[in-house]
Amino acid sequence: MAYPTNYRYTREHEWIVLDGKIGTIGITDYAQNSLGDIVYVDVPKVGDTVTANATFGSVESVKAVSDLYSPVSGTVTAVNEELKNTPDKINEAPHETWIIKVELADPAQFDALLDAAAYEAFISEETGS
Amino acid sequence: MAIQGIGRVRAHQTQNEGLVFEKSSPGKKAYKLPPLDVPAVNAAELLGEARRETPAALPELSEIEIIRHFTRLSTWNYAIDLGMYPLGSCTMKYNPRVNEFVARIDGLADAHPYRPESLAQGILEVIDLLQRCLIEITGMDAITLQPAAGAHGEFTGILLVRAWHESQGNARKKILIPDSAHGTNPATAAICGYAVENLKSNADGGIDLEALERQVDEETAALMLTNPSTIGVFESQIHRIADILHAKGALLYMDGANMNALVGKARPGDFGVDVMHLNLHKTFSTPHGGGGPGSGPVACKAFLEPFLPTPVLVRRGTSQVSESRPGAPGELCWEYNRPQSVGRVRAFYGNTGMFIRALAYILANGPDGLRQTTEDAVLNANYIRKKLEDVYELPYKTASMHEVVFSDKRQAAKGVKTGDIAKRLIDYGFHPYTVSFPLIVPGAMMIEPTESESLEELDLFIDAMRAIAREVEEDPELVKSAPHSTRVSRLDEVAAARKPVLCWRAEAKA
Repeated sequence: MAYPTNYRYTREHEWIVLDGKIGTIGITDYAQNSLGDIVYVDVPKVGDTVTANATFGSVESVKAVSDLYSPVSGTVTAVNEELKNTPDKINEAPHETWIIKVELADPAQFDALLDAAAYEAFISEETGS
Repeated sequence: MAIQGIGRVRAHQTQNEGLVFEKSSPGKKAYKLPPLDVPAVNAAELLGEARRETPAALPELSEIEIIRHFTRLSTWNYAIDLGMYPLGSCTMKYNPRVNEFVARIDGLADAHPYRPESLAQGILEVIDLLQRCLIEITGMDAITLQPAAGAHGEFTGILLVRAWHESQGNARKKILIPDSAHGTNPATAAICGYAVENLKSNADGGIDLEALERQVDEETAALMLTNPSTIGVFESQIHRIADILHAKGALLYMDGANMNALVGKARPGDFGVDVMHLNLHKTFSTPHGGGGPGSGPVACKAFLEPFLPTPVLVRRGTSQVSESRPGAPGELCWEYNRPQSVGRVRAFYGNTGMFIRALAYILANGPDGLRQTTEDAVLNANYIRKKLEDVYELPYKTASMHEVVFSDKRQAAKGVKTGDIAKRLIDYGFHPYTVSFPLIVPGAMMIEPTESESLEELDLFIDAMRAIAREVEEDPELVKSAPHSTRVSRLDEVAAARKPVLCWRAEAKA
């Protein structure tokens, strides 16, 4: 699956796309594929603060529970309520299914993240393929 | 299974067993009450509205049907008493019969926690001796046996860490946890009110000292470290790690899940650990669940001793006893007056039956026996590693301790994953190894034979694993659709997690 070029990525396999000061965050196709079938997503509340590189929630698959790491610092403005009942949407369309939206404290953090090419290079290094 | 429309009557070795509710037939019963010899009571009058209108939907079966149902189910279990159980990280070693014999001695089996201390000196001596043995084995200064399992031990240990930091004026904010850790470690830190900070492993699967040095600061309460790590590798920089932490006033917590690789060889107290837990049900051969509860003692250095859960076991005539209750000098008693204690973490004194078994194991083996146990566990894991490393990928080449972690990388190229290989192993008569853990190894296959297995049994396991590797090359579908020899094959794990059916309901019969 192609990694959208307008997105930025973390080494923890989250993506973020920016619209003004609002960043929309999800997990990558590589992440959902490694996790397997996702059964539950634990997310923060609107108004909570998130910190770059710190955990903001977790995602549970049939294999494991994995932490979600925030690509940026800021305040949560929305959470995807749909995931409560249909967490499998992340498996179906990882790059279209967002988890939280965050108002960035420092929009410059976005630019410091990996772009699609750098992320793809990172995962091919990680899988050794 | 039906043969030409005829239901097989007792082929229960291959036939699935219905629920007891499904076997029910109206009017059957397994009891016969004697005639009423007291005046009859009108239940409706006595209970009024509390009386139920419709009878409870309980299964109705004859006695022999109930006996057969449960006897069949009882034969389905896979246990260490039936065969090798190489479930990595769990240390499924043999639970020696002598443990069970000792635990059933009347005076120990009938001991009651409310028995006066003066009449319970025997069981208290058992507890005291076990405490002293575990302190010696770990190289620590003090211990509590209260925690009921490993994760409970972690919780207790981090409570001690927190209480100590608080006594120093600052509880601190975060706990560092390597990415190879057991999932219970971050859960423990969070429950104790700490933020979890992930610590990346280096290329050898150990702690990256530079990263550690960067991440430890004055708000770091502790590092929770499993040593040997979950990939079965001994942390050779452990002294350096302890020094880095201590320089910033942080403590070193050791998850003792893998202590069976160290007993008699190395003592955590000697390599800088401040507090740790043990799993009696792993290292010290007490049963894992089912046959008995777990036990997760926490051992600590002297400076943490004042914070241990109450009560602590003390001997009269020593300075530790605060009050003069009636009792002879030299008798053991429980001390409750511990102003700095984190409080009780478990009713009574812990899972005492496990203390007896663990002590029986320690004394039956003796120091040399325990040391050989450790050596054999490491030898067995390395034998498996050597015999399988040409067919399964070994992601970390560092010397293995008590377990070996392969990955499914070569087999994944054929579409066969670690879970498929594990399920095929069932067809060969073995319990699967641990799949997909530790998380730092994609497609992990974590194998821990323990010291219990003979060379012959290890060879059978190796043959099975090599046969499966061949099957992956020649007929991957055979492995991907395994197991083939069980009553049920692939269960729908996803549906079970997403839409669990937690309560049996009668379906309307057609």
